Amino acid sequence: MIKRSIFKNRLLPYLLILPQILVTATFFYWPAAQGVYQSLMRSDPFGLHNRFIWFDNFIALFTDPLYLKSIGITLVFSASVAAVSISMGLFIATMANRAFKVKTVIRTMLIWPYAVAPAISGILWLFLLHPSYGVVALFIEKYLSIPWNPVLNGNDALAMVILASAWKEISYNFVFFLAGMQSIPHSLIEAAAMDGASPFRRFWAITLPMLSPTLFFVTVMNIIYAFFDTFGVIHTVTQGGPGGATNILVYKVYQDGFIGLNLGSSAAQSIVLMILIIIITVLQFKYVERKVQYTG
Amino acid sequence: MRKRSVITAVGIIALTFFLCGQVMAKPITIHWWHAMRSARGEVVKEMIKEFNASQDKYVVVGTNKGNYDETVNAGIAAIRAGKQPHILQSFEVGTLTMMLSGAIYPVYKLMADMGYKVNWNDYLQPVLSYYVNDDGNLMSMPFNSSTPVMYYNVDMFKKIGIAPLSKTEPITWDQLGDICAKLVKAGVPGGMVTAWQSWIQIENYSAIQNLPFATKANGYEGLDCELTINNDKVVHHIAQLKSWMKDNRFVYAGQKYQGAKSEFIGQKVGVYMDSISAIAKLQKAVKDFKWDAAPLPVEAWNKEPQNSIIGGASNWVLKGHSKEEYKGVAAFLAFLATNKMQEFWHEKTGYFPITLTAYRDLKSKGYYKKYPYQEVGIKQMTRRNPNKNSRGLRLGYFIQIRNIINEELELVWNGKKTAKEALDSAVKRSNVKLREFEKTYE
Repeated sequence: MIKRSIFKNRLLPYLLILPQILVTATFFYWPAAQGVYQSLMRSDPFGLHNRFIWFDNFIALFTDPLYLKSIGITLVFSASVAAVSISMGLFIATMANRAFKVKTVIRTMLIWPYAVAPAISGILWLFLLHPSYGVVALFIEKYLSIPWNPVLNGNDALAMVILASAWKEISYNFVFFLAGMQSIPHSLIEAAAMDGASPFRRFWAITLPMLSPTLFFVTVMNIIYAFFDTFGVIHTVTQGGPGGATNILVYKVYQDGFIGLNLGSSAAQSIVLMILIIIITVLQFKYVERKVQYTG
Repeated sequence: MRKRSVITAVGIIALTFFLCGQVMAKPITIHWWHAMRSARGEVVKEMIKEFNASQDKYVVVGTNKGNYDETVNAGIAAIRAGKQPHILQSFEVGTLTMMLSGAIYPVYKLMADMGYKVNWNDYLQPVLSYYVNDDGNLMSMPFNSSTPVMYYNVDMFKKIGIAPLSKTEPITWDQLGDICAKLVKAGVPGGMVTAWQSWIQIENYSAIQNLPFATKANGYEGLDCELTINNDKVVHHIAQLKSWMKDNRFVYAGQKYQGAKSEFIGQKVGVYMDSISAIAKLQKAVKDFKWDAAPLPVEAWNKEPQNSIIGGASNWVLKGHSKEEYKGVAAFLAFLATNKMQEFWHEKTGYFPITLTAYRDLKSKGYYKKYPYQEVGIKQMTRRNPNKNSRGLRLGYFIQIRNIINEELELVWNGKKTAKEALDSAVKRSNVKLREFEKTYE
């Protein structure tokens, strides 16, 4: 017994979805189209000198070795942020999923870092790791005697921004993993335990496969986060330095467009960024999703 | 009955005239978008309040639009939308972009059109020279101007047996090298730090040493200029700083000022180069040692050091408003240039007074006797008339160029490149930007 209402008027359905289309078009497609248009222009910031130059902005980008380097940095950065935050989130969720008394308190507290804005998270980590005034930096230098100078050393700086960006995202992943784990039937794990499977084996053979939809979702979200939302961290911690070692794509768009007022190049960079993220997402859906098992 | 209605009619007419009068006398609003926040923002508010109280024809409304970048971007968006303010504050590196924008009303013209006879010779020339066009006419009104100087820890100097430095006669870089060596030997972790490395160690270094930063008179004479900072002198200077890093005579603490400042305040170094606007910060933060300021060092071969160049921002008047409103703008700019306002501004913020009369007035009041370090920057900046190499820099995409210089210098500091390689690369990369900029205005 399916109830169907049939509209005789053919226009009505279109009319009903019109508001949504209007909103999407105004706030998504129109700006995107403007971006594409701007990327083909050479113009001054005030829009008084405009010239159509075909793909010159793109050619300039891809013949610039530093831009290619920036792409490389972005890939390393995003993969690291995703790897660190997913593995840590999964680890903490596994721990928190065990039954103990203060469970709810611990869970609530673990979620807090997600409420911290990226820029603030960056500042916090800078206070810990700055070579001049950072407490942790002092500890690293004094007791571990590892030379640590993110102001000068590109790898140290990259490690610092990866930490700052991943830290915040751990909570986000934690919430999803915990929810995912709680939907795994206890009977399965208990049965495995009775068959003599070790905790690690149970995790590997039951929990992880059952979590794969969550894992997939979280990976996509983390990569998108690392590509776009980490801007605040970079801006407050390194401003892309030292020597361009942490100049990820989205920060370069900001620097060239907003600060440097080179709108054409900045627009071209956003288009590249857009294409890149489309490719990554499509690849993930095509190849990774095959291995994902949805229960249901 | 009739009488009463006549009275009523007269009353209504009178009321109408009165109301019309009210409307007519309604003051004209002048909008000023600026980038002055916190302490400086308060000072700006005070100045606006004083102007509004001084007359009843105009009301200036000051709006803080964020930092320099954000203010300029807000201005650009407003101009594109045809809703621009009357006055927009823009930082010095954006000068060329503003000049070429086609959206401005040059200040020299505005003041002349509105009947003000301004004696431009009374202004500090190194400040004006940054904002004049090819014909020497002033395009924007300087507002907050600073220049870099050298701060040092007097207590540390005493300990290693060095007398306080002269406030007018610069020491040489070689002498500074010896001082830094002594500091390190005496157990101080580092010798010197610098804030804003491109501005201080390349731009000002070149100006003081009378070296061109770019061809075409530092870009003043044409968009087809190219950088020249890979000359032997600058390369030698950067290589020398790099060699000082080996024994910690020079310590690198970041592109901006925060790292360098905290090294100096934490007494991890004895010498710190930064803008004169750091005075206010040091006054507030330093409690446990005595510090003082001296002019930036010069090279031993440089017998006649040039003036240093400025940093800071100026006020641009934007096109598209009525003559009545421009009268108010001119009145406000003239008000800001009065002795009283300039002295107030200088005392509260440390930025230069822009007129010589204000400077002399402060001097006669004994202000510089009380705060001798406030005069170091002015003396250094006015010790010679600005020439082609020292009047300023006028480059397209200057912000990107500064970024490039920062990046390349960091590659020197962390040992990835030699000074020569880095500066060659900085010139090459910057020239690409300059050509791009040139093409935009073809």
